[in-house]
Amino acid sequence: MQQLWLIPAFPLAGFLINGLLGRRAPKAFINLVAIGSVLLSFLWVLKTLAALGPLEEPHLERYFTWFSSGDLSIGFDLVVDRLSAVMLLVVTGVGLIIHIYAIGYMAHEGGYYRFFSFFNLFMFFMLLLVLAANFLLMFVGWEGVGLCSYLLIGFYFLRKSATNAGNKAFIVNRIGDFGFSLALYLIFINFGSFDFGKVFSAAATRPVEASAGVLTLIALLLLVGATGKSAQIPLYVWLPDAMEGPTPVSALIHAATMVTAGVYMVARCAPIYTHAPLAMEAVAVVGLATAVLAASIGLVQNDIKKVFAYSTVSQLGYMFLGLGSGAFSAGIYHLVTHAFFKALLFLGAGSVIHALAGEQDLRKMGGLAKHAPVTFFTILCAAVAIAGVPPFSGFHSKDAILLAAHHHAPWMYWAGVMTAGLTAFYVFRAVFLAFLGAPRSDHHPHESPPVMTLPLVALALLSLGGGYFNVPHWLEPMFPAEEHGHDPGLVAVSVMAGLAGIALAWLFYVARPGLADRVAERLGWLYRLVYNKYFVDEAYEVAIVRPLVRGSTDTLWLGADVGLIDGAVNGIGSRARAVGDVLRRLQSGNIRSYAGWVIWGTVLALLALVVGGVRWSG
Amino acid sequence: MTGVPVSWYLMLSVVLFGLGAAGFLIRRNIITVFMSIELMLNAVNLAFIAFAYELKQVDGHLFAFFVIVVAAAEAAVGLAIILAVFRKRGTLQIDEIDSLKN
Repeated sequence: MQQLWLIPAFPLAGFLINGLLGRRAPKAFINLVAIGSVLLSFLWVLKTLAALGPLEEPHLERYFTWFSSGDLSIGFDLVVDRLSAVMLLVVTGVGLIIHIYAIGYMAHEGGYYRFFSFFNLFMFFMLLLVLAANFLLMFVGWEGVGLCSYLLIGFYFLRKSATNAGNKAFIVNRIGDFGFSLALYLIFINFGSFDFGKVFSAAATRPVEASAGVLTLIALLLLVGATGKSAQIPLYVWLPDAMEGPTPVSALIHAATMVTAGVYMVARCAPIYTHAPLAMEAVAVVGLATAVLAASIGLVQNDIKKVFAYSTVSQLGYMFLGLGSGAFSAGIYHLVTHAFFKALLFLGAGSVIHALAGEQDLRKMGGLAKHAPVTFFTILCAAVAIAGVPPFSGFHSKDAILLAAHHHAPWMYWAGVMTAGLTAFYVFRAVFLAFLGAPRSDHHPHESPPVMTLPLVALALLSLGGGYFNVPHWLEPMFPAEEHGHDPGLVAVSVMAGLAGIALAWLFYVARPGLADRVAERLGWLYRLVYNKYFVDEAYEVAIVRPLVRGSTDTLWLGADVGLIDGAVNGIGSRARAVGDVLRRLQSGNIRSYAGWVIWGTVLALLALVVGGVRWSG
Repeated sequence: MTGVPVSWYLMLSVVLFGLGAAGFLIRRNIITVFMSIELMLNAVNLAFIAFAYELKQVDGHLFAFFVIVVAAAEAAVGLAIILAVFRKRGTLQIDEIDSLKN
């Protein structure tokens, strides 16, 4: 026994301590509990992995039966295999760095203890999701991280837009979770168990489904769940709005970890997906479409966090493209490197926002490089990593995905290469707009304190060198790598696309400022279409939200609730009153009227006897 | 008593009872109401006696005696109440004795 349960237990304890005692506790105490719990969790992960060694076989620990009903018995079982080992390291490692950063970022915010207790709660649920050894326990973590996401997006709950964004995230995720739970029912009906081991070994014995079968259906429903959590078409709309939360939240939950839960889940269910090629194709197409669409929206956003949010959606699309192309390990590889550089981009953006006293609009930034050099250089590291410049981390993982995509279908490779160019362009656009040129507003920027810059440096090192964690090699026993043959030509093309994007951004925003506006003017309606995010939110509003609200208002609220239910209850009440009004007349208080009733009653009784025929018993 | 069938007694009893009931319902003076009650009781007594005679059984007589005893006791208590009410309220009109109402 490696006491795996301790890994999620530390953050849970941190949540309880800070949540219950934090209100009156000094900040030092809150910091100690919040950071300490995640640090302990991280150290325990290291110790466990060191003790378990190469993990040739999954290490399963069963603790107790959570519940059982009939043949169904759900245990509180945790498992570590090579896949979850990677996830554990990313979640606790990056989580720890972001926790430390948050000390500096949140220093002047109200609700300090609340923030850190939710943060720890998130870590608990995320680790539970990763460690779970059956679908139901995973679902608990899955829902729990959604809850924490909701709580933290709406952290500034006095701001209407923040609570709206929280609600949007929660509700959109419900749609995905509906698909997920349907998949769970199907899994139980078909396999009679929720245990990963049993389900996957049973799925592996089934034939590969050439046309849609039950495995395809399960895989597609799981994909619906993943599109909700991991912000893919058509459910990606919540993630850009989720930037209403504090920046560390965007970095930890909405970039590095929670949104990758869908990727993890699909990779975890690889035995199902590999037997359902149609579903694999759907994963690849959804991922690719999301990658292209979100990258194009990211080109023209002016809010620095929105740029990175669309970038996250786009990069998640990349991961799904990798998964759908059959390169599960490449998808997870990109998940890892993305966690490094995207967390860094967000934390850097947070540092910029911090420096400019809350300013998020790229058009009002500029010239920050000399005021915040550490932020500038670290964010530059993240930018070259995400742009796929060799030999930094993003290059390795993106390369792996693109090669797999080319092997799967060449057109997907080309669309992916185009997206890589777009990615490089929008990231460097944001960097150039924020850090180079002349300041475009009269802020007095300052570098962030060391508690914020040191995490940036740590993540920068990971972003630069993270590509040398050979994740695909580590995962090879679980996901046998297909031999694509390392084609240098394809690699060169994608690198060129990234470099071209960078060069174009340089041209537009440094060398020839003003060119971008002229191009935007020339493109006219196309620019407006992209600038307004393809009017997807508006379309959802008209097609889904408004009919739902109207249906709820007219039919369910005013019709069913007020009309039918209230009407029935109130109707019974007023009928009783009306009957009482009539019966009340009998209770006159007049003895003679009572006597009259008695006599009439007697007469009636006698008449009944006479008419009915008296039978004298004798 | 030969020649007078039992049904005649019963008819008389019904008539007396009806008079009593009608008096009870119609009259407003509490003394009269009281007397109407006595009339009904005695109508019932008559029916009891008639049946007892007809059926040659002593039960009817027993019932009649009981009714007389109860009526006597009732008269004593009732008249005492009436007297007390009259002293208190100065009236014997039952419609005016309605302080428990509302």
